[in-house]
Amino acid sequence: MAQNGVNIDALLAAREALRSAPEAANFTWRASCRWQSGTHAKSTVQGFHGLGGEQSHKSEFSFETDHPEIFASEDKGATPVELVLVGLASCLTAGVATVAQNRGIQLRSVEAKLEGKMNLYGILGIDSDVRNGYDDIKVTFHIDADASKKDIEALVAQSQKRSAVYDIVTNPTNVTVEVV
Amino acid sequence: MGRAIERITTVVIGAGHAGLVISRVLAEHSVDHVVLERGEVANSWRRERWDSLRLLTPNWQSRLPGYPYSGPDPDGFLTIPEVVEHISGFAATTSAPVRTHTAVTSVKRIDAGYQVVTDSGEIWCRTIVLASGAANIARVPKVSTAVPQGIECLTPFEYHNPDRLPSGGVLIVGASATGVQLAHEILKSGRPVTLCVGEHVRLPRTYRGRDVLWWMENSGVWNERYDEIDDLERARRLPSPQLVGTAERATLDLNVLRAAGVEIVGRLATIRDGCALFSGGLANHFALADLKMGRLLDTFDDWARAAPQLEAGPPERFEPTRVPRPSRLSLDLRDGEIRSIVWATGFRPDYRWLNVSVVNSRGELRHDGGVVVGAPGMYVIGLPVLRRRKSTFILGAENDARDIVRCLLRYLADGVSTS
Repeated sequence: MAQNGVNIDALLAAREALRSAPEAANFTWRASCRWQSGTHAKSTVQGFHGLGGEQSHKSEFSFETDHPEIFASEDKGATPVELVLVGLASCLTAGVATVAQNRGIQLRSVEAKLEGKMNLYGILGIDSDVRNGYDDIKVTFHIDADASKKDIEALVAQSQKRSAVYDIVTNPTNVTVEVV
Repeated sequence: MGRAIERITTVVIGAGHAGLVISRVLAEHSVDHVVLERGEVANSWRRERWDSLRLLTPNWQSRLPGYPYSGPDPDGFLTIPEVVEHISGFAATTSAPVRTHTAVTSVKRIDAGYQVVTDSGEIWCRTIVLASGAANIARVPKVSTAVPQGIECLTPFEYHNPDRLPSGGVLIVGASATGVQLAHEILKSGRPVTLCVGEHVRLPRTYRGRDVLWWMENSGVWNERYDEIDDLERARRLPSPQLVGTAERATLDLNVLRAAGVEIVGRLATIRDGCALFSGGLANHFALADLKMGRLLDTFDDWARAAPQLEAGPPERFEPTRVPRPSRLSLDLRDGEIRSIVWATGFRPDYRWLNVSVVNSRGELRHDGGVVVGAPGMYVIGLPVLRRRKSTFILGAENDARDIVRCLLRYLADGVSTS
Protein backbone atom coordinates (compact mmCIF):
# COMPACT_ATOMS: atom_id res chain seq x y z
CA MET A 1 0.00 0.00 0.00
CA ALA A 2 1.53 3.30 -1.12
CA GLN A 3 1.83 6.01 1.54
CA ASN A 4 1.86 9.38 -0.17
CA GLY A 5 -0.16 11.22 2.46
CA VAL A 6 -3.21 11.36 0.18
CA ASN A 7 -6.53 10.17 1.60
CA ILE A 8 -7.67 8.59 -1.62
CA ASP A 9 -10.66 6.80 -0.08
CA ALA A 10 -12.10 10.13 1.06
CA LEU A 11 -11.53 11.63 -2.41
CA LEU A 12 -13.18 8.71 -4.18
CA ALA A 13 -16.10 8.83 -1.73
CA ALA A 14 -16.46 12.57 -2.35
CA ARG A 15 -16.50 11.95 -6.09
CA GLU A 16 -19.29 9.42 -5.71
CA ALA A 17 -21.26 11.74 -3.40
CA LEU A 18 -20.95 14.67 -5.81
CA ARG A 19 -22.10 12.53 -8.72
CA SER A 20 -25.57 12.47 -7.21
CA ALA A 21 -25.44 16.07 -5.89
CA PRO A 22 -24.38 18.16 -8.89
CA GLU A 23 -25.14 21.50 -7.24
CA ALA A 24 -22.66 20.81 -4.43
CA ALA A 25 -19.91 20.50 -7.03
CA ASN A 26 -20.20 24.16 -8.00
CA PHE A 27 -17.36 26.01 -6.25
CA THR A 28 -16.38 29.67 -6.19
CA TRP A 29 -12.79 30.51 -5.29
CA ARG A 30 -11.93 34.00 -4.12
CA ALA A 31 -8.93 36.22 -3.60
CA SER A 32 -8.58 39.81 -2.44
CA CYS A 33 -5.78 42.17 -3.32
CA ARG A 34 -4.75 45.46 -1.72
CA TRP A 35 -2.30 47.86 -3.32
CA GLN A 36 0.59 48.79 -1.05
CA SER A 37 2.90 51.15 -2.94
CA GLY A 38 4.49 51.20 -6.36
CA THR A 39 4.10 47.74 -7.89
CA HIS A 40 3.88 46.11 -4.46
CA ALA A 41 0.53 44.53 -3.60
CA LYS A 42 -0.68 42.12 -0.94
CA SER A 43 -3.26 39.45 -1.72
CA THR A 44 -5.12 37.22 0.68
CA VAL A 45 -7.35 34.17 0.44
CA GLN A 46 -9.53 32.59 3.08
CA GLY A 47 -13.19 32.07 2.29
CA PHE A 48 -14.62 30.12 -0.64
CA HIS A 49 -17.95 28.63 -1.62
CA GLY A 50 -18.59 24.94 -2.22
CA LEU A 51 -20.56 21.84 -1.18
CA GLY A 52 -23.63 24.04 -1.11
CA GLY A 53 -22.35 26.60 1.43
CA GLU A 54 -19.65 28.97 2.60
CA GLN A 55 -16.33 27.37 3.51
CA SER A 56 -13.10 28.68 4.92
CA HIS A 57 -9.41 27.82 5.05
CA LYS A 58 -8.15 27.19 8.60
CA SER A 59 -6.50 30.59 8.45
CA GLU A 60 -5.96 33.47 6.07
CA PHE A 61 -3.07 33.03 3.61
CA SER A 62 -1.34 36.04 2.16
CA PHE A 63 0.93 36.61 -0.84
CA GLU A 64 3.18 39.57 -1.49
CA THR A 65 3.78 40.49 -5.10
CA ASP A 66 6.08 43.06 -6.59
CA HIS A 67 8.57 43.44 -9.42
CA PRO A 68 12.34 43.01 -9.20
CA GLU A 69 14.76 45.90 -8.84
CA ILE A 70 15.78 45.77 -12.51
CA PHE A 71 12.27 47.10 -13.19
CA ALA A 72 12.91 49.93 -10.72
CA SER A 73 10.67 48.26 -8.15
CA GLU A 74 11.45 47.32 -4.58
CA ASP A 75 11.19 43.54 -5.03
CA LYS A 76 9.05 42.88 -1.98
CA GLY A 77 7.60 39.70 -3.45
CA ALA A 78 7.38 37.38 -6.44
CA THR A 79 6.11 38.77 -9.72
CA PRO A 80 2.50 37.87 -10.52
CA VAL A 81 3.67 35.86 -13.55
CA GLU A 82 5.90 33.80 -11.26
CA LEU A 83 2.86 33.13 -9.08
CA VAL A 84 1.16 31.71 -12.18
CA LEU A 85 4.08 29.28 -12.51
CA VAL A 86 3.75 28.49 -8.80
CA GLY A 87 0.06 27.76 -9.30
CA LEU A 88 0.74 25.48 -12.26
CA ALA A 89 3.61 23.66 -10.54
CA SER A 90 1.74 23.07 -7.31
CA CYS A 91 -1.44 21.97 -9.08
CA LEU A 92 0.43 19.43 -11.24
CA THR A 93 2.45 18.22 -8.24
CA ALA A 94 -0.67 17.72 -6.12
CA GLY A 95 -2.12 15.84 -9.08
CA VAL A 96 0.93 13.60 -9.35
CA ALA A 97 0.59 12.66 -5.66
CA THR A 98 -3.12 11.99 -5.94
CA VAL A 99 -2.90 9.92 -9.11
CA ALA A 100 0.10 8.01 -7.70
CA GLN A 101 -1.90 7.14 -4.58
CA ASN A 102 -4.86 6.04 -6.68
CA ARG A 103 -2.56 3.82 -8.77
CA GLY A 104 -0.71 2.43 -5.74
CA ILE A 105 2.61 4.05 -6.69
CA GLN A 106 4.90 4.97 -3.77
CA LEU A 107 6.56 8.35 -4.33
CA ARG A 108 9.92 9.16 -2.74
CA SER A 109 10.46 12.60 -4.22
CA VAL A 110 8.76 14.83 -6.74
CA GLU A 111 10.42 17.97 -7.99
CA ALA A 112 9.28 20.26 -10.75
CA LYS A 113 11.22 23.02 -12.46
CA LEU A 114 9.25 25.53 -14.49
CA GLU A 115 10.28 28.00 -17.15
CA GLY A 116 7.97 30.46 -18.80
CA LYS A 117 9.26 32.39 -21.78
CA MET A 118 8.03 35.92 -22.30
CA ASN A 119 9.02 38.81 -24.55
CA LEU A 120 8.64 42.15 -22.78
CA TYR A 121 7.84 43.92 -26.05
CA GLY A 122 4.27 42.84 -25.34
CA ILE A 123 3.68 44.40 -21.92
CA LEU A 124 5.82 47.39 -22.80
CA GLY A 125 3.68 48.10 -25.85
CA ILE A 126 6.66 48.11 -28.21
CA ASP A 127 5.30 45.49 -30.64
CA SER A 128 1.56 44.82 -30.89
CA ASP A 129 2.26 41.42 -32.47
CA VAL A 130 3.91 40.19 -29.26
CA ARG A 131 1.53 38.94 -26.62
CA ASN A 132 1.72 40.10 -23.02
CA GLY A 133 1.74 36.66 -21.49
CA TYR A 134 3.92 33.60 -21.77
CA ASP A 135 4.74 32.28 -25.25
CA ASP A 136 5.72 28.95 -23.89
CA ILE A 137 5.84 27.24 -20.51
CA LYS A 138 8.09 24.27 -19.88
CA VAL A 139 7.61 22.00 -16.87
CA THR A 140 10.31 19.44 -16.05
CA PHE A 141 9.54 16.82 -13.43
CA HIS A 142 12.11 14.74 -11.56
CA ILE A 143 10.25 11.93 -9.88
CA ASP A 144 11.69 9.16 -7.75
CA ALA A 145 9.06 6.47 -7.27
CA ASP A 146 8.47 2.72 -7.18
CA ALA A 147 7.33 2.62 -10.80
CA SER A 148 8.65 2.22 -14.32
CA LYS A 149 9.51 5.23 -16.45
CA LYS A 150 6.39 4.55 -18.54
CA ASP A 151 4.19 4.48 -15.43
CA ILE A 152 5.71 7.73 -14.21
CA GLU A 153 5.10 9.33 -17.62
CA ALA A 154 1.50 8.15 -17.46
CA LEU A 155 1.21 9.61 -13.96
CA VAL A 156 2.38 13.01 -15.15
CA ALA A 157 0.13 12.88 -18.24
CA GLN A 158 -2.88 12.04 -16.09
CA SER A 159 -2.08 14.83 -13.63
CA GLN A 160 -2.15 17.31 -16.56
CA LYS A 161 -5.43 15.84 -17.74
CA ARG A 162 -7.03 16.45 -14.35
CA SER A 163 -5.34 19.75 -13.45
CA ALA A 164 -7.42 22.91 -13.04
CA VAL A 165 -4.48 25.29 -13.42
CA TYR A 166 -3.15 23.42 -16.47
CA ASP A 167 -6.60 23.88 -18.02
CA ILE A 168 -6.74 27.57 -17.03
CA VAL A 169 -3.32 28.20 -18.58
CA THR A 170 -3.81 26.19 -21.77
CA ASN A 171 -7.40 27.19 -22.57
CA PRO A 172 -9.10 30.56 -22.81
CA THR A 173 -11.21 31.71 -19.88
CA ASN A 174 -13.73 34.53 -19.87
CA VAL A 175 -12.62 37.29 -17.53
CA THR A 176 -14.86 40.18 -16.54
CA VAL A 177 -13.32 43.15 -14.78
CA GLU A 178 -15.61 45.79 -13.29
CA VAL A 179 -15.14 48.96 -11.34
CA VAL A 180 -17.74 49.66 -8.65
CA MET B 1 -62.14 4.29 -35.69
CA GLY B 2 -58.65 2.78 -35.45
CA ARG B 3 -57.05 -0.30 -36.82
CA ALA B 4 -56.96 -3.38 -34.60
CA ILE B 5 -54.09 -3.41 -32.14
CA GLU B 6 -51.52 -6.04 -33.01
CA ARG B 7 -50.06 -8.17 -30.22
CA ILE B 8 -46.50 -9.54 -30.57
CA THR B 9 -44.18 -10.96 -27.92
CA THR B 10 -41.13 -8.91 -28.91
CA VAL B 11 -40.64 -5.81 -31.01
CA VAL B 12 -37.14 -5.04 -32.28
CA ILE B 13 -36.60 -1.46 -33.38
CA GLY B 14 -34.08 -1.11 -36.19
CA ALA B 15 -32.95 -3.46 -38.95
CA GLY B 16 -29.25 -2.77 -38.88
CA HIS B 17 -26.88 -5.63 -38.18
CA ALA B 18 -27.58 -5.54 -34.42
CA GLY B 19 -31.37 -5.72 -34.75
CA LEU B 20 -31.09 -8.48 -37.33
CA VAL B 21 -28.79 -10.53 -35.11
CA ILE B 22 -31.26 -10.16 -32.23
CA SER B 23 -33.99 -11.29 -34.63
CA ARG B 24 -31.98 -14.32 -35.66
CA VAL B 25 -31.39 -15.36 -32.00
CA LEU B 26 -35.06 -14.73 -31.10
CA ALA B 27 -36.03 -16.99 -34.02
CA GLU B 28 -33.70 -19.73 -32.75
CA HIS B 29 -35.74 -19.62 -29.53
CA SER B 30 -39.05 -19.41 -31.41
CA VAL B 31 -39.93 -16.04 -29.90
CA ASP B 32 -42.54 -14.41 -32.07
CA HIS B 33 -41.30 -10.99 -33.03
CA VAL B 34 -41.11 -8.26 -35.64
CA VAL B 35 -38.29 -5.92 -36.65
CA LEU B 36 -39.49 -2.39 -37.34
CA GLU B 37 -37.35 -0.34 -39.71
CA ARG B 38 -37.99 3.33 -40.55
CA GLY B 39 -36.34 2.93 -43.98
CA GLU B 40 -34.75 -0.12 -45.54
CA VAL B 41 -32.49 -2.81 -44.08
CA ALA B 42 -29.14 -1.18 -43.15
CA ASN B 43 -30.78 2.20 -43.59
CA SER B 44 -28.16 4.44 -42.04
CA TRP B 45 -25.46 2.71 -44.12
CA ARG B 46 -27.46 3.60 -47.23
CA ARG B 47 -28.09 7.23 -46.36
CA GLU B 48 -25.83 8.57 -43.65
CA ARG B 49 -22.27 7.74 -44.73
CA TRP B 50 -19.75 9.58 -46.88
CA ASP B 51 -18.91 8.16 -50.30
CA SER B 52 -15.39 6.82 -49.71
CA LEU B 53 -16.03 5.25 -46.29
CA ARG B 54 -15.02 1.65 -45.73
CA LEU B 55 -15.43 -0.43 -42.57
CA LEU B 56 -12.63 -0.20 -40.01
CA THR B 57 -12.72 -3.99 -39.58
CA PRO B 58 -11.13 -6.30 -42.16
CA ASN B 59 -13.62 -8.35 -44.15
CA TRP B 60 -12.95 -11.61 -42.35
CA GLN B 61 -14.22 -9.90 -39.19
CA SER B 62 -17.54 -8.99 -40.85
CA ARG B 63 -19.10 -12.22 -39.68
CA LEU B 64 -22.67 -12.47 -38.50
CA PRO B 65 -24.14 -15.62 -36.89
CA GLY B 66 -24.03 -18.38 -39.52
CA TYR B 67 -23.10 -15.80 -42.14
CA PRO B 68 -19.36 -15.28 -42.54
CA TYR B 69 -17.74 -13.03 -45.13
CA SER B 70 -17.41 -15.26 -48.18
CA GLY B 71 -15.97 -12.86 -50.77
CA PRO B 72 -12.58 -12.96 -52.46
CA ASP B 73 -10.71 -10.46 -50.27
CA PRO B 74 -10.75 -11.43 -46.59
CA ASP B 75 -8.08 -8.85 -45.70
CA GLY B 76 -9.85 -5.98 -47.49
CA PHE B 77 -12.39 -3.57 -46.07
CA LEU B 78 -16.04 -3.44 -47.17
CA THR B 79 -17.23 -0.35 -49.01
CA ILE B 80 -20.58 1.06 -47.99
CA PRO B 81 -22.53 -0.61 -50.84
CA GLU B 82 -20.82 -3.88 -49.85
CA VAL B 83 -21.84 -3.40 -46.21
CA VAL B 84 -25.44 -2.85 -47.33
CA GLU B 85 -25.24 -6.00 -49.46
CA HIS B 86 -23.72 -8.01 -46.62
CA ILE B 87 -26.34 -6.98 -44.07
CA SER B 88 -29.18 -7.36 -46.58
CA GLY B 89 -27.90 -10.82 -47.47
CA PHE B 90 -27.95 -11.78 -43.80
CA ALA B 91 -31.53 -10.46 -43.44
CA ALA B 92 -32.61 -12.52 -46.45
CA THR B 93 -30.82 -15.68 -45.30
CA THR B 94 -32.38 -15.53 -41.85
CA SER B 95 -35.80 -14.54 -43.26
CA ALA B 96 -35.94 -11.85 -40.60
CA PRO B 97 -39.50 -10.55 -40.12
CA VAL B 98 -38.57 -6.99 -41.07
CA ARG B 99 -41.20 -4.36 -41.75
CA THR B 100 -39.46 -1.70 -43.77
CA HIS B 101 -40.66 1.90 -44.08
CA THR B 102 -42.30 1.62 -40.67
CA ALA B 103 -41.17 4.42 -38.41
CA VAL B 104 -41.73 4.17 -34.67
CA THR B 105 -43.25 7.40 -33.42
CA SER B 106 -43.80 6.48 -29.77
CA VAL B 107 -43.04 3.77 -27.22
CA LYS B 108 -44.97 3.84 -23.94
CA ARG B 109 -45.26 1.63 -20.92
CA ILE B 110 -48.62 -0.21 -20.58
CA ASP B 111 -49.78 -2.97 -18.22
CA ALA B 112 -49.13 -5.64 -20.81
CA GLY B 113 -45.62 -4.35 -21.53
CA TYR B 114 -45.08 -1.68 -24.18
CA GLN B 115 -47.26 0.14 -26.66
CA VAL B 116 -45.35 0.79 -29.87
CA VAL B 117 -46.97 3.32 -32.18
CA THR B 118 -45.74 3.43 -35.77
CA ASP B 119 -46.79 5.47 -38.75
CA SER B 120 -48.80 2.44 -39.86
CA GLY B 121 -50.43 1.15 -36.69
CA GLU B 122 -50.11 0.15 -33.06
CA ILE B 123 -48.44 -2.88 -31.54
CA TRP B 124 -48.54 -4.14 -27.95
CA CYS B 125 -45.56 -6.22 -26.93
CA ARG B 126 -44.28 -7.77 -23.71
CA THR B 127 -40.64 -7.10 -24.51
CA ILE B 128 -38.83 -4.65 -26.72
CA VAL B 129 -35.25 -4.43 -28.00
CA LEU B 130 -33.90 -1.06 -29.07
CA ALA B 131 -31.49 -1.57 -31.96
CA SER B 132 -31.84 1.88 -33.43
CA GLY B 133 -28.13 2.64 -33.34
CA ALA B 134 -25.64 4.68 -31.36
CA ALA B 135 -25.01 7.34 -34.00
CA ASN B 136 -28.31 8.90 -35.09
CA ILE B 137 -27.48 12.54 -34.43
CA ALA B 138 -24.19 14.35 -34.95
CA ARG B 139 -22.93 16.02 -31.79
CA VAL B 140 -22.00 19.61 -32.48
CA PRO B 141 -20.49 21.70 -29.68
CA LYS B 142 -22.27 24.85 -28.50
CA VAL B 143 -19.37 26.97 -29.75
CA SER B 144 -20.58 26.28 -33.31
CA THR B 145 -23.09 29.12 -32.87
CA ALA B 146 -20.15 31.56 -32.75
CA VAL B 147 -18.84 30.65 -36.22
CA PRO B 148 -18.84 33.82 -38.38
CA GLN B 149 -21.28 33.98 -41.26
CA GLY B 150 -20.04 32.88 -44.65
CA ILE B 151 -18.29 29.75 -43.38
CA GLU B 152 -20.05 26.56 -44.40
CA CYS B 153 -20.49 24.20 -41.44
CA LEU B 154 -21.28 20.56 -41.88
CA THR B 155 -21.50 17.35 -39.90
CA PRO B 156 -20.23 13.99 -41.19
CA PHE B 157 -23.86 13.19 -42.15
CA GLU B 158 -23.85 16.15 -44.52
CA TYR B 159 -20.39 15.43 -45.93
CA HIS B 160 -20.30 13.22 -49.03
CA ASN B 161 -17.03 14.03 -50.77
CA PRO B 162 -14.59 16.97 -50.99
CA ASP B 163 -16.06 18.20 -54.30
CA ARG B 164 -19.13 19.48 -52.51
CA LEU B 165 -17.04 21.66 -50.17
CA PRO B 166 -16.22 25.25 -51.05
CA SER B 167 -12.66 25.67 -52.27
CA GLY B 168 -10.28 27.05 -49.66
CA GLY B 169 -9.23 26.01 -46.18
CA VAL B 170 -11.14 23.46 -44.11
CA LEU B 171 -11.13 23.27 -40.32
CA ILE B 172 -11.91 19.77 -39.06
CA VAL B 173 -12.85 19.58 -35.42
CA GLY B 174 -12.17 16.18 -33.85
CA ALA B 175 -9.57 13.47 -34.48
CA SER B 176 -11.49 10.21 -34.24
CA ALA B 177 -11.62 7.81 -37.21
CA THR B 178 -14.02 10.24 -38.88
CA GLY B 179 -11.84 13.29 -38.32
CA VAL B 180 -8.59 11.74 -39.53
CA GLN B 181 -10.21 10.11 -42.56
CA LEU B 182 -11.90 13.31 -43.66
CA ALA B 183 -8.72 15.33 -43.00
CA HIS B 184 -6.77 13.04 -45.32
CA GLU B 185 -9.38 12.92 -48.06
CA ILE B 186 -10.02 16.67 -48.04
CA LEU B 187 -6.29 17.44 -48.04
CA LYS B 188 -5.86 15.24 -51.13
CA SER B 189 -8.52 17.35 -52.87
CA GLY B 190 -6.09 20.27 -52.69
CA ARG B 191 -7.73 22.12 -49.81
CA PRO B 192 -5.54 23.20 -46.87
CA VAL B 193 -6.70 21.31 -43.77
CA THR B 194 -6.38 22.27 -40.12
CA LEU B 195 -7.27 19.49 -37.67
CA CYS B 196 -8.26 20.20 -34.04
CA VAL B 197 -7.07 17.37 -31.80
CA GLY B 198 -8.30 16.68 -28.28
CA GLU B 199 -8.50 13.29 -26.62
CA HIS B 200 -7.95 10.60 -29.25
CA VAL B 201 -7.14 6.91 -29.70
CA ARG B 202 -4.01 6.18 -31.73
CA LEU B 203 -3.58 2.74 -33.35
CA PRO B 204 -1.30 1.39 -36.08
CA ARG B 205 -3.22 -0.33 -38.89
CA THR B 206 -1.00 -3.40 -38.65
CA TYR B 207 1.11 -4.71 -35.81
CA ARG B 208 3.75 -7.43 -36.14
CA GLY B 209 2.42 -8.15 -39.62
CA ARG B 210 -1.23 -8.59 -38.67
CA ASP B 211 -4.18 -6.24 -38.62
CA VAL B 212 -4.38 -4.43 -35.29
CA LEU B 213 -8.01 -5.54 -34.97
CA TRP B 214 -6.85 -9.16 -35.36
CA TRP B 215 -4.84 -8.52 -32.19
CA MET B 216 -7.81 -6.86 -30.49
CA GLU B 217 -9.92 -9.92 -31.15
CA ASN B 218 -7.42 -12.72 -30.58
CA SER B 219 -5.59 -11.32 -27.55
CA GLY B 220 -8.94 -11.10 -25.77
CA VAL B 221 -8.98 -7.30 -25.43
CA TRP B 222 -12.21 -7.04 -27.40
CA ASN B 223 -13.80 -9.74 -25.26
CA GLU B 224 -13.29 -7.82 -22.04
CA ARG B 225 -16.70 -7.62 -20.40
CA TYR B 226 -18.39 -4.39 -19.38
CA ASP B 227 -18.49 -5.47 -15.74
CA GLU B 228 -14.71 -6.10 -15.73
CA ILE B 229 -13.76 -2.62 -16.97
CA ASP B 230 -12.45 -0.17 -14.36
CA ASP B 231 -13.90 3.03 -15.74
CA LEU B 232 -16.84 1.85 -17.82
CA GLU B 233 -18.31 5.30 -18.35
CA ARG B 234 -15.02 6.46 -19.85
CA ALA B 235 -14.67 3.31 -21.99
CA ARG B 236 -18.15 3.95 -23.38
CA ARG B 237 -17.31 7.55 -24.30
CA LEU B 238 -13.99 6.83 -26.02
CA PRO B 239 -13.64 8.30 -29.51
CA SER B 240 -13.29 5.78 -32.33
CA PRO B 241 -9.66 4.77 -33.06
CA GLN B 242 -7.64 6.60 -35.72
CA LEU B 243 -7.97 3.88 -38.36
CA VAL B 244 -8.91 3.70 -42.01
CA GLY B 245 -9.66 0.68 -44.19
CA THR B 246 -7.55 0.83 -47.35
CA ALA B 247 -6.11 -1.74 -49.73
CA GLU B 248 -2.60 -0.69 -48.62
CA ARG B 249 -3.51 -1.28 -44.98
CA ALA B 250 -1.92 2.07 -44.26
CA THR B 251 -1.70 3.66 -40.82
CA LEU B 252 -3.45 7.03 -40.58
CA ASP B 253 -2.14 8.59 -37.38
CA LEU B 254 -1.33 12.22 -36.71
CA ASN B 255 2.31 11.84 -37.80
CA VAL B 256 1.10 10.58 -41.19
CA LEU B 257 -1.39 13.42 -41.52
CA ARG B 258 1.19 16.00 -40.52
CA ALA B 259 3.75 14.67 -42.99
CA ALA B 260 1.06 14.84 -45.69
CA GLY B 261 0.54 18.52 -44.89
CA VAL B 262 -2.34 18.70 -42.40
CA GLU B 263 -1.84 21.40 -39.78
CA ILE B 264 -2.46 19.95 -36.33
CA VAL B 265 -3.78 22.26 -33.61
CA GLY B 266 -5.12 21.71 -30.09
CA ARG B 267 -8.71 21.08 -29.08
CA LEU B 268 -11.07 23.86 -30.19
CA ALA B 269 -11.54 25.67 -26.89
CA THR B 270 -13.80 28.46 -28.03
CA ILE B 271 -14.51 30.99 -30.77
CA ARG B 272 -14.09 34.54 -29.54
CA ASP B 273 -14.74 37.59 -31.74
CA GLY B 274 -14.65 35.38 -34.81
CA CYS B 275 -11.32 33.88 -33.81
CA ALA B 276 -11.01 30.15 -33.12
CA LEU B 277 -8.89 29.55 -30.01
CA PHE B 278 -7.14 26.20 -29.58
CA SER B 279 -5.93 24.53 -26.40
CA GLY B 280 -2.23 24.71 -25.59
CA GLY B 281 -2.46 21.21 -24.13
CA LEU B 282 -1.82 19.37 -27.42
CA ALA B 283 1.43 17.78 -26.23
CA ASN B 284 -0.34 16.09 -23.35
CA HIS B 285 -3.11 14.75 -25.57
CA PHE B 286 -0.35 13.21 -27.72
CA ALA B 287 1.40 11.81 -24.62
CA LEU B 288 -1.81 10.25 -23.29
CA ALA B 289 -2.60 8.58 -26.63
CA ASP B 290 0.98 7.38 -27.20
CA LEU B 291 1.21 5.92 -23.69
CA LYS B 292 -2.17 4.23 -24.06
CA MET B 293 -1.19 2.71 -27.40
CA GLY B 294 2.08 1.52 -25.84
CA ARG B 295 0.20 -0.23 -23.03
CA LEU B 296 -2.11 -1.90 -25.56
CA LEU B 297 0.88 -3.17 -27.59
CA ASP B 298 2.42 -4.48 -24.33
CA THR B 299 -0.82 -6.40 -23.76
CA PHE B 300 -0.57 -7.90 -27.25
CA ASP B 301 3.09 -8.85 -26.70
CA ASP B 302 2.33 -10.46 -23.33
CA TRP B 303 -0.43 -12.48 -24.90
CA ALA B 304 1.81 -13.44 -27.86
CA ARG B 305 4.57 -14.68 -25.54
CA ALA B 306 2.11 -17.11 -24.00
CA ALA B 307 1.05 -18.33 -27.48
CA PRO B 308 4.28 -19.83 -28.87
CA GLN B 309 2.67 -21.28 -32.02
CA LEU B 310 1.66 -17.79 -33.06
CA GLU B 311 3.04 -16.63 -36.38
CA ALA B 312 3.78 -12.95 -36.10
CA GLY B 313 6.66 -10.59 -36.71
CA PRO B 314 8.83 -9.15 -33.94
CA PRO B 315 7.39 -6.59 -31.51
CA GLU B 316 7.32 -3.04 -32.86
CA ARG B 317 7.23 0.34 -31.20
CA PHE B 318 6.17 3.44 -33.06
CA GLU B 319 7.60 6.93 -33.11
CA PRO B 320 5.92 9.22 -30.57
CA THR B 321 3.49 11.72 -32.06
CA ARG B 322 5.60 14.71 -33.10
CA VAL B 323 4.51 17.91 -31.40
CA PRO B 324 4.25 20.88 -33.76
CA ARG B 325 6.48 23.64 -32.33
CA PRO B 326 4.97 26.08 -31.95
CA SER B 327 1.42 24.90 -32.43
CA ARG B 328 -1.01 27.55 -33.54
CA LEU B 329 -3.24 28.77 -30.70
CA SER B 330 -5.65 30.90 -32.69
CA LEU B 331 -7.06 31.18 -36.19
CA ASP B 332 -9.04 34.15 -37.41
CA LEU B 333 -12.15 32.73 -39.06
CA ARG B 334 -13.02 36.08 -40.65
CA ASP B 335 -9.94 36.45 -42.83
CA GLY B 336 -11.03 34.01 -45.55
CA GLU B 337 -8.39 31.35 -44.87
CA ILE B 338 -11.04 28.91 -43.60
CA ARG B 339 -14.06 28.45 -45.86
CA SER B 340 -15.71 25.46 -44.22
CA ILE B 341 -15.80 23.61 -40.91
CA VAL B 342 -16.53 19.90 -40.41
CA TRP B 343 -17.77 18.97 -36.94
CA ALA B 344 -16.31 15.50 -36.46
CA THR B 345 -17.19 15.71 -32.79
CA GLY B 346 -19.06 12.46 -32.37
CA PHE B 347 -22.58 11.15 -32.52
CA ARG B 348 -25.37 10.31 -30.16
CA PRO B 349 -28.47 8.16 -30.31
CA ASP B 350 -31.92 9.64 -30.86
CA TYR B 351 -34.54 8.54 -28.32
CA ARG B 352 -37.08 11.28 -28.90
CA TRP B 353 -39.71 8.66 -29.70
CA LEU B 354 -39.11 6.82 -26.43
CA ASN B 355 -41.76 7.99 -23.96
CA VAL B 356 -40.40 5.97 -21.07
CA SER B 357 -38.17 7.69 -18.51
CA VAL B 358 -35.00 5.70 -19.07
CA VAL B 359 -32.77 8.43 -20.49
CA ASN B 360 -30.47 10.53 -18.28
CA SER B 361 -29.90 14.29 -18.50
CA ARG B 362 -27.14 13.75 -21.08
CA GLY B 363 -29.54 11.88 -23.36
CA GLU B 364 -27.98 8.49 -22.59
CA LEU B 365 -29.98 5.37 -21.96
CA ARG B 366 -29.54 3.96 -18.45
CA HIS B 367 -28.77 0.28 -18.91
CA ASP B 368 -26.86 -2.53 -17.29
CA GLY B 369 -25.23 -4.56 -20.04
CA GLY B 370 -28.16 -3.90 -22.38
CA VAL B 371 -30.90 -4.44 -19.78
CA VAL B 372 -32.60 -1.05 -19.60
CA VAL B 373 -32.82 0.16 -15.99
CA GLY B 374 -36.32 1.02 -14.76
CA ALA B 375 -38.12 -0.56 -17.71
CA PRO B 376 -38.67 -4.31 -17.23
CA GLY B 377 -38.70 -6.16 -20.55
CA MET B 378 -36.82 -3.40 -22.39
CA TYR B 379 -33.37 -4.12 -23.84
CA VAL B 380 -30.85 -2.32 -26.01
CA ILE B 381 -28.11 -3.57 -28.33
CA GLY B 382 -25.47 -1.86 -30.45
CA LEU B 383 -24.18 0.77 -28.02
CA PRO B 384 -20.45 1.19 -27.26
CA VAL B 385 -19.08 -1.39 -24.79
CA LEU B 386 -22.63 -2.58 -24.18
CA ARG B 387 -21.47 -5.96 -22.84
CA ARG B 388 -17.97 -6.23 -24.31
CA ARG B 389 -15.39 -3.94 -25.85
CA LYS B 390 -16.35 -5.28 -29.29
CA SER B 391 -20.06 -4.52 -28.88
CA THR B 392 -20.42 -1.99 -31.69
CA PHE B 393 -18.45 -3.96 -34.27
CA ILE B 394 -20.31 -6.30 -36.63
CA LEU B 395 -18.68 -9.41 -35.15
CA GLY B 396 -19.56 -8.18 -31.64
CA ALA B 397 -23.32 -8.40 -32.10
CA GLU B 398 -23.70 -12.16 -31.72
CA ASN B 399 -22.38 -12.55 -28.16
CA ASP B 400 -24.34 -9.52 -26.99
CA ALA B 401 -27.52 -10.70 -28.71
CA ARG B 402 -27.25 -14.15 -27.11
CA ASP B 403 -26.76 -12.60 -23.66
CA ILE B 404 -29.64 -10.18 -24.13
CA VAL B 405 -32.03 -12.78 -25.49
CA ARG B 406 -31.15 -15.00 -22.51
CA CYS B 407 -32.19 -12.13 -20.19
CA LEU B 408 -35.31 -11.56 -22.27
CA LEU B 409 -36.32 -15.24 -22.14
CA ARG B 410 -35.86 -15.30 -18.37
CA TYR B 411 -38.06 -12.22 -18.09
CA LEU B 412 -40.75 -13.80 -20.28
CA ALA B 413 -40.60 -16.98 -18.18
CA ASP B 414 -40.62 -15.54 -14.68
CA GLY B 415 -40.78 -11.76 -14.90
CA VAL B 416 -37.26 -11.26 -13.53
CA SER B 417 -35.42 -8.35 -15.13
CA THR B 418 -31.65 -8.67 -14.60
CA SER B 419 -28.52 -8.70 -16.69
